[in-house]
Amino acid sequence: MFQKKNLWWIGAVAALALFPVVEKNPTYMAIGFFTLVYMACATSWNMFSGYSGYISLGSAVFYGTGAYTMSLISIHANMAPGGAMFWLVPLGGLAAMVIALPFGWIALRVRRHTFVVITIAVFFIFQLGASNFSFTGGTSGLALPYITWGASYYFVPFYFVALGLVILVTIISAALRRSRFGLQLLAIRDDEDRALGLGVKVTSVKIVGFTLSAFTVGMCGALYAMEQGQIYPQFVFTPVFDVSIALMTFLGGLGTLTGPLLGALILESSQQWLTVSFSNGSLYLILFGALFLLVILFMPQGIVVYVRDRLSRKADLASMTEANAGTSEVALTGSSRQ
Amino acid sequence: MTVLLSAQNISRSFGGLKALNVCNLEVRQGSITGLIGPNGSGKTTLFNVMTGYVRPDSGTVTFEGDDITGFEPDRVFARGIGRTFQLTRIFARMTVLENMLVATQHDEGWLRSMTRSKSSVADVDNAMEWLDFVGIARLASLQAGSLSYGQRKLLELAYVLVADPDVILLDEPAGGVNLTLINQISEKIRTLNSQGKTFLIVEHNMEFVMGLCDAVTVMHQGSNLVAGTPSEVRSNPLVLDAYLGGGDDEEADEVING
Repeated sequence: MFQKKNLWWIGAVAALALFPVVEKNPTYMAIGFFTLVYMACATSWNMFSGYSGYISLGSAVFYGTGAYTMSLISIHANMAPGGAMFWLVPLGGLAAMVIALPFGWIALRVRRHTFVVITIAVFFIFQLGASNFSFTGGTSGLALPYITWGASYYFVPFYFVALGLVILVTIISAALRRSRFGLQLLAIRDDEDRALGLGVKVTSVKIVGFTLSAFTVGMCGALYAMEQGQIYPQFVFTPVFDVSIALMTFLGGLGTLTGPLLGALILESSQQWLTVSFSNGSLYLILFGALFLLVILFMPQGIVVYVRDRLSRKADLASMTEANAGTSEVALTGSSRQ
Repeated sequence: MTVLLSAQNISRSFGGLKALNVCNLEVRQGSITGLIGPNGSGKTTLFNVMTGYVRPDSGTVTFEGDDITGFEPDRVFARGIGRTFQLTRIFARMTVLENMLVATQHDEGWLRSMTRSKSSVADVDNAMEWLDFVGIARLASLQAGSLSYGQRKLLELAYVLVADPDVILLDEPAGGVNLTLINQISEKIRTLNSQGKTFLIVEHNMEFVMGLCDAVTVMHQGSNLVAGTPSEVRSNPLVLDAYLGGGDDEEADEVING
């Protein structure tokens, strides 16, 4: 079972790594790149909000911080356009962490619904700031050192760095789930006061989780800015970013490891594809709306949980028929999920 | 016997309501102390003050002679005071075993907790031992949310025990469970007590309290009314008054003496 699971992961990474080899069309390479960026962002978001149940709608703050860090440093350090700029990606993540600490310290004093509202408020402060300060270039944004890689090659390095980020974030997320820290986040989700009374240092666990999630989102923002070559406040500090990664995670399965990966893979690639195919930038919004109604109606816990439940129910039925006698004890152990 | 846990002159108001009014309570080392009183007399508020969930307006809480007033609940727990809640609170979307592992005390920083597996062999063995002690080891891999009310009570008791606290505060351990389970729970408490654990129990079931406890404190309108052995308390006229507001003594007698 364990072996089989690992094979799935290796197969998935291999398929993603082979995509640029098979697909040379820059349009589709771009779709691949954005899909990977959103897979990494949704997984980062899920690492805190999915595990702890604290739904944040302020992750664009970290995405934007990463993007502006990349832009400001590359511009002011007069960096030569090219691969060396990738070294700024982790710096974008670190800058996002620096923002996340006080942000989390304030926002995580309140619970659940109030927390959501505060994250939105902080987000708008940053959006306004980026649009109005002179060092951010205001609404006209910033132009990064212009990278002159050819059209057919342009997306290849970005694609692989994004794939690296997806792998890194997934490993962190998986490691968290297996650690005591991750267990404490889940305990906070289920009953924060009870967790506190069992010795869980809830405040520091929440702030650290929030900051860690900011780090990886910040790196994605930095990578995005480098790829775009030009950033505007309304494209990086955008509420659509927060809503998207939250919806992707809900679609795939909130609090699961594979859910956000799957959700982002489905939604971002179809959104990009629809935009390209019908040259209509908002068609996807209608389809997203319809899709979400369906998901909430038929699989409110997301695709991953829905499929897993289906499979385990099938296994239960099989084991019950096998046991024939079907004592309650068999039913009990059969329905347990390892 | 020395005093292990005590509350001295605790007062706490919620708006205009004086939930606790200069309340005193002593829990001696190795005892099973009962805390009884009519509904709204402040028993649970006193529990909350002693475990850090509610900050008192005045007064002090001491444990092993140290002032622990105003400690956050996680520090109180790390210090060796475990508690259960009146309405059982478990982590419903985690397995029974994971519930136990949350409570396993390591009292470590976040960096260390990130690098440590949640299910180390030692921790799992310890958790399974306690689940076995309360009799629900076979349910270890089930989602806690699928347990019955009685099983939840047992789980709650087990995960408080897993961290090996010195004193355990139980808020209505016999509330809403059947007689067989009540007897089972009181037997567990006796066993643990004989191994040196101290208990403080809030309970409405008089038979349970009088049969189990070796000291009882009666609360009334936010302060301690009477303290003594079960038989002393039982025969104290003040206690009867508190329960029935000075009405018919025979009826009150029935409430206290069953």
